[in-house]
Amino acid sequence: MPEMTYREALRAGMAEEMERDEKVLLMGEDIGVYGGTHLITDGFLDRFGKKRVIDTPIAEGGFTGAAIGMAMLGLKPVVEMMTWNFSFLAADQIIQNAAKVRYFSGGQVEVPLVIRGPNGGGVQLSAQHTHSLENMYGHFPGLKVVSPVTPNDAKGMMLTAIRDPNPVIFLEAGALYGTKGEVPDGDNAVEFGKARVAREGTDVTLISYGRQVNLCVRVAEKLEEEDGVSAEVIDLRSLRPFDSETIVESVKKTHRAVAVQEQWRWFGVASEVASIIQEQAFDYLDAPVIRVSGAEVPAPYARNLELAAFPSEEAVAQAARQVLYQEVSA
Amino acid sequence: MVFCGLYKASFKGKGATVPAESENTADGAVETQEQQQGGGGSVATDGDRLVELYKKMVLIRTFEEATQRGFRQGKIGGYLHVYIGQEAVATGFLDAYKEGDRVITAYRDHPHVLLLGSDPKAVMAELYGKGTGIVKGKGGSMHLFDVEKGFMGGYGIVGGHIPLGVGFAYAQRYEETDHITQLYLGDGSISNGAFHEAVNLSGLWGKDGMNPCLFIVENNQYGMGTSVERTTAMTDLAAKFDAYGVENEKVDGMDIEAVLEVAHRAADRVRETGKPYAVEALTYRTAPHGAADFFEKYRTKDEIKQWRERDPIGQLEQKLIEREVVDEDGIEEIKNEMKETIQEVVRFADESDEPPLEELYTDVYTGGGVYTGEEG
Repeated sequence: MPEMTYREALRAGMAEEMERDEKVLLMGEDIGVYGGTHLITDGFLDRFGKKRVIDTPIAEGGFTGAAIGMAMLGLKPVVEMMTWNFSFLAADQIIQNAAKVRYFSGGQVEVPLVIRGPNGGGVQLSAQHTHSLENMYGHFPGLKVVSPVTPNDAKGMMLTAIRDPNPVIFLEAGALYGTKGEVPDGDNAVEFGKARVAREGTDVTLISYGRQVNLCVRVAEKLEEEDGVSAEVIDLRSLRPFDSETIVESVKKTHRAVAVQEQWRWFGVASEVASIIQEQAFDYLDAPVIRVSGAEVPAPYARNLELAAFPSEEAVAQAARQVLYQEVSA
Repeated sequence: MVFCGLYKASFKGKGATVPAESENTADGAVETQEQQQGGGGSVATDGDRLVELYKKMVLIRTFEEATQRGFRQGKIGGYLHVYIGQEAVATGFLDAYKEGDRVITAYRDHPHVLLLGSDPKAVMAELYGKGTGIVKGKGGSMHLFDVEKGFMGGYGIVGGHIPLGVGFAYAQRYEETDHITQLYLGDGSISNGAFHEAVNLSGLWGKDGMNPCLFIVENNQYGMGTSVERTTAMTDLAAKFDAYGVENEKVDGMDIEAVLEVAHRAADRVRETGKPYAVEALTYRTAPHGAADFFEKYRTKDEIKQWRERDPIGQLEQKLIEREVVDEDGIEEIKNEMKETIQEVVRFADESDEPPLEELYTDVYTGGGVYTGEEG
């Protein structure tokens, strides 16, 4: 199977849909002439022309709102948020218009819109440029929220996102743009609302999404090696719609769960995971569900502080050992 | 920008500027006739046409008065923003509407949807929160929609709808049509960031002929209770568009003939060029801001009275009588006819059923299976 980077996979997904459907167009800051801050759209301007690859001024609310309007008339805009941190400036448009206009119009309009860009931290961008916004956008009915971590899912979920007639918040693992993975040729569309079992196991379930999935896989390998523990890793991939079933089935098998997220603990996705497990698999649990989250501080700059602010292999391994009632170092 | 010289006098009310009696009717009419040659006669002077417009304005006002009663009776909930005093603006501009065009506005949206030909019964039923409402009882007064008729909605966040309209206009040219977007906004939205970002984009895209957007500023002098002069040091709202390369002018929004002339000229121009254009219509909301605006501490009775003297319906009535198009009995007849129509409209709304509870979870998403809210 051919290998490509996460970046190339995103690019392939968008380019293939643009070739297939003339209603698909791209908008964002520096996506055209510059080629995209993260070079996701490099070459698109030459290939598709300025009518379909629109360089915008730095006005997230304005261009996101315009994209919503285009979508309401049947175009399929894919908007690049240079980083999701800038989406606060467009939050009124995303939340008040994109998410709700279908409902308050009594179903008279659709908003086939994708907003994509890098989410989360890990590259020393400090406080204002480091956020994980899946819980914020996942809060609002009317939006779909996805967070692929493999190149295969990056492409496959991009195809699905563009074809979806609803607004999709597409949270990319920005720190992983250069990572490689296998992506089959052709249409590999990945259905939303289906979690992926990233690694099978029997003793404990590690539930995550985005780049923390890779961390969990590394921890699972370590647990196997050091403790002889078999950990299952679930990649949620899609946060709205949410796949409760895969988690619950896994916990019924392992009886123990750790939910890992980069974002802050309070009011986050991991809390939702823990709640679903206690509601739907309470009798199967042998230990309370533990959440591993980012530190409750704005993201710091210094490398050592940043590393301390995000979930670490040690923290996840420790949480796994805790739910397994193994000895935990202090 | 073009300044017509209509607004010579201003008086010191609590901040609002009252336009002087319009003196340009004759000039405007001549201009109009010249421009309309070959286009099917004068827009301004045709008597039958003015009667039709008069009927529309009376219908809107009668409708709005009925909504005020409905609100006081507790039949209408939420917010209620009426268009009383401003009728000439939407009536004049929507006269230039052509099939395929799109119209979007904020939350003072009842007249726009009515003028586009939506069923007043469905509009009133929406306000009454009924299943027969134009958006099935899901939006209420601030969120009227009739996409088939070109009406892309009423929106409740000041300024928030402006970028959408600019997006419509881009899509209209992307699809290579000659349709345009009429984008209505209030004076209150001019200080909002969304306005500036959206108008900037419109001007920019218009350079490539990709933004046939007609901005219509309904300057009714107040954003809720704050006068224009208390919101910006530069109160020429049309001139704000200059900053973004969007040509613009002002019009006396109390004079239907003046509005008509500008509306057709501006709409034609936008349609031909694919470039945006802005018109600031100076008007006045003689009714309170919302149904809960009881005290009106922000303006004087005298100010309201002065504007009432320039009431768009009153002015047109006078013209129709002076020009012997309709006599006073005829005027009375029209008013009674509209009253009866609206009585029937109210009866329909009152007697309609509330939306079925199954509607709670519909229209959240589209495509896929049935949404229950349990999927996350």
